[in-house]
Amino acid sequence: MPETMEETPKPQRQRLVLVGNGMAGVRTLEELLKIAPELYDITVFGAEPHPNYNRILLSPVLAGEQTLEEIILNPLSWYEENGITLHLGKQVAKIDRVRRQVVAEDGTTADYDRLLIATGSNPFILPVPGKELDGVIAYRDIADTQEMIDAAAKYQHAVVIGGGLLGLEAANGLMLRGMQVTVVHLGDWLMERQLDDQAGELLRKSLQARGLKFRLATQTEALIGDKDGRVMAVRFKDGSEIPADLVVMAAGIRPNTTLAESAGLHCKRGIVVTDTLQTVTDPRIYAVGECAAHRGIAYGLVAPLFEQGKVCATHLAEFGIGRYQGSQTSTKLKVTGIDLFSAGDFMGAASGGPDADKFEEIVMSDPFAGVYKKLVIKNDQLVGACLYGDTVDGSWYFKLLRDGRKIADIRDKLMFGESNIGDGGHQGQNKAAAMADSDEVCGCNGVTKGSICKAIKEKGLFTLDEVRKHTKASASCGSCTGLVEQLLMFTAGGDYSAAPKKKAICGCTEMSHQEVRDAIVDRHLTALDQVYTALDWKSPNGCATCRPALNYYLISSWPKEAQDDPQSRAINERSHANIQKDGSYSVIPRMWGGETNSSELRRIADVVDKYQIPTVKVTGGQRIDLLGVKKEDLVNVWKDIGMPSGHAYAKALRTVKTCVGSEWCRMGTQDSTQMGKDLERALWRMYAPHKVKLAVSGCPRNCAESGIKDVGVIGVDSGWELYVGGNGGIKTEVAHFFCKVKTPQEVLEYSGAFLQLYRKEGWYLERTCHYISRVGLDYVKKKILDDHEGRQALWAELQYALDGEPDPWFDFDKAKVDLRQFEAL
Amino acid sequence: MSDWKTICAVEDIPLLGSRRVQRAQGPQVALFRTGANEVFALLDRCPHKAGPLSQGIVFGAAVACPLHNWTIELATGCAREPDEGSTPRFSVRIDNGQVQLNQQELDTVAIDLEPVKAGPCTRAAC
Repeated sequence: MPETMEETPKPQRQRLVLVGNGMAGVRTLEELLKIAPELYDITVFGAEPHPNYNRILLSPVLAGEQTLEEIILNPLSWYEENGITLHLGKQVAKIDRVRRQVVAEDGTTADYDRLLIATGSNPFILPVPGKELDGVIAYRDIADTQEMIDAAAKYQHAVVIGGGLLGLEAANGLMLRGMQVTVVHLGDWLMERQLDDQAGELLRKSLQARGLKFRLATQTEALIGDKDGRVMAVRFKDGSEIPADLVVMAAGIRPNTTLAESAGLHCKRGIVVTDTLQTVTDPRIYAVGECAAHRGIAYGLVAPLFEQGKVCATHLAEFGIGRYQGSQTSTKLKVTGIDLFSAGDFMGAASGGPDADKFEEIVMSDPFAGVYKKLVIKNDQLVGACLYGDTVDGSWYFKLLRDGRKIADIRDKLMFGESNIGDGGHQGQNKAAAMADSDEVCGCNGVTKGSICKAIKEKGLFTLDEVRKHTKASASCGSCTGLVEQLLMFTAGGDYSAAPKKKAICGCTEMSHQEVRDAIVDRHLTALDQVYTALDWKSPNGCATCRPALNYYLISSWPKEAQDDPQSRAINERSHANIQKDGSYSVIPRMWGGETNSSELRRIADVVDKYQIPTVKVTGGQRIDLLGVKKEDLVNVWKDIGMPSGHAYAKALRTVKTCVGSEWCRMGTQDSTQMGKDLERALWRMYAPHKVKLAVSGCPRNCAESGIKDVGVIGVDSGWELYVGGNGGIKTEVAHFFCKVKTPQEVLEYSGAFLQLYRKEGWYLERTCHYISRVGLDYVKKKILDDHEGRQALWAELQYALDGEPDPWFDFDKAKVDLRQFEAL
Repeated sequence: MSDWKTICAVEDIPLLGSRRVQRAQGPQVALFRTGANEVFALLDRCPHKAGPLSQGIVFGAAVACPLHNWTIELATGCAREPDEGSTPRFSVRIDNGQVQLNQQELDTVAIDLEPVKAGPCTRAAC
């Protein structure tokens, strides 16, 4: 009911009512206002007298590390600016689904066209005598937190019932406020739902050393009150008693479905919702957050709730797109100075389940240093991880776990973390808390700890993706992901969790790279427009992320049939030169196997003079780079140099680096230069998911550095060794030994077949090292080494695809080079 | 003064592509043609690090800068969230299939911006 008169009459808008002014509900409104700001008149009911605040940060408030003002997410002015009618301190008592109206306890009503329920959860209160005494509270909201802060100022003894995440955070906060705190826990060790016994024991020791007391495996029998009706002691089943002026119940939470149930909405461990977050009972009513049960799960972490909010918003906005398909979650504890991570089936064999014998465990334990790591493996896949003391690899393990990747080939290094599988890229910090604000977290984009924390606070970021978008930290090579997640945890309380392992290519579709590629092959799609139509693309002509990928999938799946679309290629591949920071270009002609001669060098020198090219540089791939060429000069530069395109600008075969080899070298056993030239001539003009680099060395001294190339060849006395999946770039990766062959012809066939497999199966922008790490080396070996006919077929396919491909520097028509781009108007 | 200068035919701009317009003074102007056959003109300079927007990928009514992938809205010249900033836009008139720009805007808008420098000229003398 609008209370003020609008000055200008507006068209009748639909009415949206939100019950529950918490993080999930308000985030849904934010998402909705972003995409459809004018669609609804919005009314919000909140039972608490506060605007939306960050509930996860109540623990730091209790611990005195943050203030209540700091954790407000949406101040009252936000509601005003967005024209939202806000009813604070009003609990909704009834939903009248026939009249489409909600009624609050004080009689306030609001009519709705659509209703969003986000009532969160309630703490579970132990049914013991004395539970209604003064000084017995749950730990859920600002009022509870304030009561604990007040109690800490007045009283001495606190008892926290529940040794889980919430209980320990409460206990830690009360202790920091000067109370003597005992944690009473039914289980044999702390956080038994997140930790195994050993990690739980380390945690207990660490917290005990800080001053907490513990009563494990202990059941509470009664709370005893004094004459004024305030709690004074806790009595246990064994008859013993300890003093308590404050008792905090933190023994779990239950989805708050009272209101929904009274309205006849189907509830089962939460309000049952579909993938569109609509209740199954009434399509006008949606539910998000801790109160909602999606596929039987009620999530209690912030990232899944926000994902739900995003999907729900698109449906409220009547776009009708997006499905929430569940999240996988993992746990961290917000106690400053304690690093703990767990995910998946971390108990493994100890869980005693029916197939307990199928679990294998890798354990590293250093109790004195306070480090414990356990990885649980089943069927050659990582299925669980439990880390204590050093959690920087948590996100990597979490990724392996979600992807279900076979780990046989990295098993021996698994425990030592991602940085030991090749080089992590830069210095190995593993504790974000120990870093200074001015320390750099992300070396790729030069982002400091201070600027990340500032962005998290000021822009209200919660998830890794949001931090990446706003700060660019962890958005390039990803080696600092673990650190960024730690910062997120301590600054915003954001959590580890992730959408299903299937990741959409971009916002234009919900399909993954694999699904799109399969559809292009299975349904014989040969043009972009066909893809958009057949696969229900949400945008008329894609975006800068999906279009280059689609274009590659089309031309690699249907060679000679699908048409290349230059406007779907990034600038370098459209202008066949590499754009520089000032908008000029670089030109790198092809030098077969890194060999050149006087006439090529003379032509290059003349071109440099004629076009006043400011920089000439020898590249790492044994070629010559002319830098600072004006776009309008490119065509003439190519013509005057008269050498083939080096494709140094393309996701394609770059160079084949060679050493001198047996022709000259006194150590050489094979003619590596000739082998390199043959490979380069056979493979040039080969577009691929990403750039491809080869090298051929003539003897095991390996001067051409074959060990860090996509395909590396090393000549030995009896033939050639082939290596695959090496990488010298953002993530140094040593190539895997692949096989040994006898003849140059076999080198061509095996290398070509491997590259064709990668061209067909690699996702766009996936290097061979990432491709192999996704599918596993064993799979590649099976396809290339064990299957002779398959290998020959792949090699034939590649030759067919490359046959007659144009040189884009000369054959403009066939290479579809639009010459208009080179002239200004 | 509202004198309009004819630059080229609409078809001279590739669909989902762009052309650059040289001015007497100042950075070039980029003309874009969208899939819906609309034409827009922006200063050929990303608000981030002055990348030439004309070289980017055009999609919907936006262009992705070729240097660091900022998305710039063609209608407003504004960077899409979470990035911030904007680049000047130029009025476009289509007359009988011909693309026209306003001569006064061409002569006055953003004419004194320094071009980005790269190469040996950026190296401190040693």
